[in-house]
Amino acid sequence: MTSDTVNRPRRVKTRMRPAQRRTAVKTWANTAAIAVVALVFTFPFIWMFFTALKPEDEVFSSSPTFIGSEVRWQNFSDAWTLVPFGRFIFNGFFVSILGALLSIIVAVLSAYAFSRLRFKFRDRLFLLYVLTLVLPQEVLVVPLFIMMNKLGLVDTYAALIVPFAFTAFGTFLMRQFFLTIPLEYEEAALIDGASRFRTLWSVLLPQLTAPLSVLAVFSFIGYYNSYLWPLIVINSQDLATVPLGLSMFTGERGTQWSLMMAAATLAVIPSLIIVALLQRQLIKGVALGGFGGR
Amino acid sequence: MAISTSPGVIASSEAVAPAADQPAVRIPTPAGKKKKGDGLVALAYLAPGFTGFVFFIVVPLIGSLVISLFEWPLFGSPTFIGFANYEKLFGDPTFYTVLLNTVIFAFVYTAVNLALALGVSLWLTTKLKFSGFWRVIFFLPAITPMVANALIWRLMLSQDGLLNSLLGTFGIEGASWLSDSRFALLAVITMSVWQSFGYNVIVLSAGLGGIPKEILEASRVDGTSAWNRLRFIILPMISPSLFFTMTMTMIGAFQVFVQPQILTQGGPGESTNTFVLYLYRNGFVFDKLGYASALAWILFIVVMLITALQFAGQKKWVNYDK
Repeated sequence: MTSDTVNRPRRVKTRMRPAQRRTAVKTWANTAAIAVVALVFTFPFIWMFFTALKPEDEVFSSSPTFIGSEVRWQNFSDAWTLVPFGRFIFNGFFVSILGALLSIIVAVLSAYAFSRLRFKFRDRLFLLYVLTLVLPQEVLVVPLFIMMNKLGLVDTYAALIVPFAFTAFGTFLMRQFFLTIPLEYEEAALIDGASRFRTLWSVLLPQLTAPLSVLAVFSFIGYYNSYLWPLIVINSQDLATVPLGLSMFTGERGTQWSLMMAAATLAVIPSLIIVALLQRQLIKGVALGGFGGR
Repeated sequence: MAISTSPGVIASSEAVAPAADQPAVRIPTPAGKKKKGDGLVALAYLAPGFTGFVFFIVVPLIGSLVISLFEWPLFGSPTFIGFANYEKLFGDPTFYTVLLNTVIFAFVYTAVNLALALGVSLWLTTKLKFSGFWRVIFFLPAITPMVANALIWRLMLSQDGLLNSLLGTFGIEGASWLSDSRFALLAVITMSVWQSFGYNVIVLSAGLGGIPKEILEASRVDGTSAWNRLRFIILPMISPSLFFTMTMTMIGAFQVFVQPQILTQGGPGESTNTFVLYLYRNGFVFDKLGYASALAWILFIVVMLITALQFAGQKKWVNYDK
């Protein structure tokens, strides 16, 4: 904005300059103010990182410093080997990717039925789906656990992935977007003899990559951060996801804060990468639905 | 259920072009399906999602009610005891404590969360460099695992943690924030607000972005004060977003579990024990799945009631006509 105005004819420039400069100064002062607030806001993460690099006996100090007497990068490798942290991250990604995939398949197929097909009780059934959007999932964990137990699925990946892939959120979100696409596109394809599935796959879905990515990101994060359900249904360390693994760490090395913060840093990094790469989808998703990410 | 008993009732022509009554738009269904209509097709598309919906949402919801009528240990056989779990619950002092804690948490957390989110999202509409970047910054803790977030706060708020040593340099003796019943719930609320208000910043920013620039310009030209602009133009225009964030934040607040579990383990005493934490402990620590299910149904009813109240109250302040 400023470079534009600088290049304008001289007459305009001299007349506008003082007012503009005042605005520019104000803008930068305002920006500096919010930068300070943002720094305070993110300070817990900064403190986590610096604590992770300290020797254990310097974590608590009456005159705290960022850097201790030495910078112990080996805290990270210690945390990585003390508990199978690589395994937790693998489990987290495995469960979250499969869970997100399953959620998307379910949501797309159901949303197609709710927006493009006619059948008895369609709207009443959809209303039932919508009502469950406000259902606290904690209400369901006891019966779900008993079901998993009866099916012999306690302490399996399936128990982590399957039960939460059917929430109405995905169906609701995708249906909203299906409704925005004019029917003419599909009619042409269907008249040409394409099957419904073909139409859905090659006509509808290519137009819906934005909401699909929103749904993918939010399902992924929901699975990746979930804690209560893994805590209930997983017993063995080998199947623990990241939050559960972190809390197991608390149990095993309750007092080793430097290692714990190293582990927390390792747990937080994938999320930060996701935010950095996919912020557009995240922002869009929250602004649209706001239900996401439990 | 309903779908499987009555497939093919409605002709397929209505499917793709519900509004048109001209037979010309009749879409040929794929070969071999002939006149079966949408019922069967719909069944095929709906089956995976609907099966899961019934199996993992509807059945557990009803199952929860059934289980609450039993004495149900993790291992061993359940015994039917009628409403005894509910009777016990209403005579259980801890039940009232966790209910009160959760209600206090929910209201204070929601109020502070919305106030901060509104303040920051309004700030982000002022002249700023990199406003998109700041918006993402405030959103970060909402994406990082809550267990990690809570552990960091536990470290900072511990007796000889960072907060107290900082206070110490100013000559103030800090409290044991997490193990003093006067402060523990406050600490849990503070951490929770830090963690999630950025989420609402984004929802409200979207609402604020939807206000037509001309309206704000016009009011500025008319010499309306900033306060009046907020009070009479901006707030009414984003009231649907405010209502939405308020309702969803409140529902989320009643489900609080991770923060007290990691920060304080519900203590000291029961001072930060919450509804879901108590539910979890009864079910999976004390081996009382029936009692936990009774708690779950009370939680369900409370959340539905509060949500219904909010929907009833919205007529008074939410403005949907643009």
